[in-house]
Amino acid sequence: MTALLEIKNLQTEFKTEDGIVRAVDDVTLSVRAGEVLGLVGESGSGKTVTALSILRLIEKPGAIVGGSIRFDGRDVLALAEKDLTELRGDRISMIFQQPKVCLNPVLTVGQQIAEVFLRHRSMEKKDALDQSVELLRSVGIPSPETKVSAYPHELSGGQAQRVMIAIALALTPRILIADEPTTALDVTIQAQIIELLRKLCETTDTALIIVTHDLGVIAEIADRVAVMYAGQIVEEASVEELFDTPQHPYTVGLMQSMPTLGDRRQRLNMIPGSVPRPFHMPVGCRFSPRCRARVEHGLEKCLTDPPALTGETRKLRCWLEGKE
Amino acid sequence: MTDASETAIIAPEKIEAPQRSNFSKGLRRLLRHPSGQVGGVVILFLVLCTIGGQAILPYDPLDIDPIKRLRPPSAEHWFGTDELGRDLFSRILYGSRYTLMIGLVSTSIAAAGGIVLGLLAGGGGKLADMVIMRFVDVLLAFPYILLLLAVIAILGPSLWTAMIAVGVGGIPGYARLVRGEVLALREAEYVEAMRALGGGHLRILFGTILPNILSPLVIFASFTIPLTVLAAAALSFLGLGAQPPLPEWGSMLVDARTFLRTAWWVVAAPGVAIFISILGMNLFGNALRDVLDPKGQR
Repeated sequence: MTALLEIKNLQTEFKTEDGIVRAVDDVTLSVRAGEVLGLVGESGSGKTVTALSILRLIEKPGAIVGGSIRFDGRDVLALAEKDLTELRGDRISMIFQQPKVCLNPVLTVGQQIAEVFLRHRSMEKKDALDQSVELLRSVGIPSPETKVSAYPHELSGGQAQRVMIAIALALTPRILIADEPTTALDVTIQAQIIELLRKLCETTDTALIIVTHDLGVIAEIADRVAVMYAGQIVEEASVEELFDTPQHPYTVGLMQSMPTLGDRRQRLNMIPGSVPRPFHMPVGCRFSPRCRARVEHGLEKCLTDPPALTGETRKLRCWLEGKE
Repeated sequence: MTDASETAIIAPEKIEAPQRSNFSKGLRRLLRHPSGQVGGVVILFLVLCTIGGQAILPYDPLDIDPIKRLRPPSAEHWFGTDELGRDLFSRILYGSRYTLMIGLVSTSIAAAGGIVLGLLAGGGGKLADMVIMRFVDVLLAFPYILLLLAVIAILGPSLWTAMIAVGVGGIPGYARLVRGEVLALREAEYVEAMRALGGGHLRILFGTILPNILSPLVIFASFTIPLTVLAAAALSFLGLGAQPPLPEWGSMLVDARTFLRTAWWVVAAPGVAIFISILGMNLFGNALRDVLDPKGQR
């Protein structure tokens, strides 16, 4: 099966006063139709910038400086601004972390959903509003007939995210990019939203790229996972493989730092150190200064030579591969 | 009959207390505000005078009667008469329409021009911003009256050109206000979200950002309307606005000033009329600000 979205060697940079920060460095990813891809990593690992790059939503001083993004056979990086706006919200949609601030405070929920139809489908305003009610019903908003004329401040966080999902899925896009869709929500609501996303994407055969730092969310929804560290993908595998046999020391560290129920040790496992600062990237493997496995195996190579991402379906960026 | 009661039970949300719309909520707050009440009464009075037209006037405002010239206020002529024997009360009432017209037309011109320039400057990239804001700076660098005189010099003196001139003079203020608001909102998440949904540049500027800055704009407008009235009155006073015999208050003041010592009422009538309407508009603007400013709401 050919990939719906193919990202090859993507490089996105930001110009700052201190120099150039390469937030995304050599990211290669592909998404098939209907697939759920998880993009995991901690703050500053470049996962959000990767997501924004797909829609070319990177604004100055940032810029995509290398690589290619192909969606449905089209070169996204070569599209004219006009074709790009045709693509956004129609074929590829996106939802964000803070649902409440992503809704325009002065327009009603219905107007904002209808806007998508008016923008992309040149529909009659009344039909668009009728459609909005149906969409609100499909995302599980109670009494959609009245909520359609509610303003964003009258919604709870969970409801606002449901509205965002309704807007994003209004035109049944091929790909939905969800950037930390549950981070700002209550834990009880998180599961509902995740379930809703999975159900809706399944019924419409929409591919879902879910960006998160929450491995629990990934375990619940993703088919395939890419782990990002310091702007690079360090490991990519199916969700079962990744959770059963994590191979990259960073992934292992991430898994171990999750608290497990019934296991009340004094402290949670931590990965020592912190994410390298953009101007002081390690010469070799970017994780090497924090890597316990490297010390255990006594590998010197990690400090001097950057490892490449290798493997076919299961990819790994580590010199330790096969050493265990 | 039973149908009705059944539907009421099935659909409980329909029998909830009717929700007031934001507009009527705001209106109620405005009417409860003391300075909103005073200002509202003054503005309502101006509006009623305008709607009433000639029908509510005791005399024809243009009717000259040389025998009755410069009569002091009396039961017959409440505000007295001017140097040509015209009834001042009628002229003042009739003049209210010009005041309203100047306020609305000038402010509309200023707001329309300023909004477009401000949106383009704030959202149109560095070059547009630079060019537009320098143009605005040039407008601001001119002494205000001189700017108005320049516009009138081009268009010729009349009530309409005075309104256009005052409107042009008001553009810089709006442009600056709008640009600042756009810069603040440009980074807002819902603008980013709109972009991710395929909103084009102009659509985002006019459809997403503009509705969000309406409330500071309305407040700003409520404070500039009285200023435009004053400016137009000043132009009329200089003989560059409304031309006699139009009973515009500013031009009435010019004709009257020669009689300041002998017939105070000829000056007082338009002067007090201008004073009260400006005060009323300002009070109303105050109330509007309290109502529309989200920080002032409980």
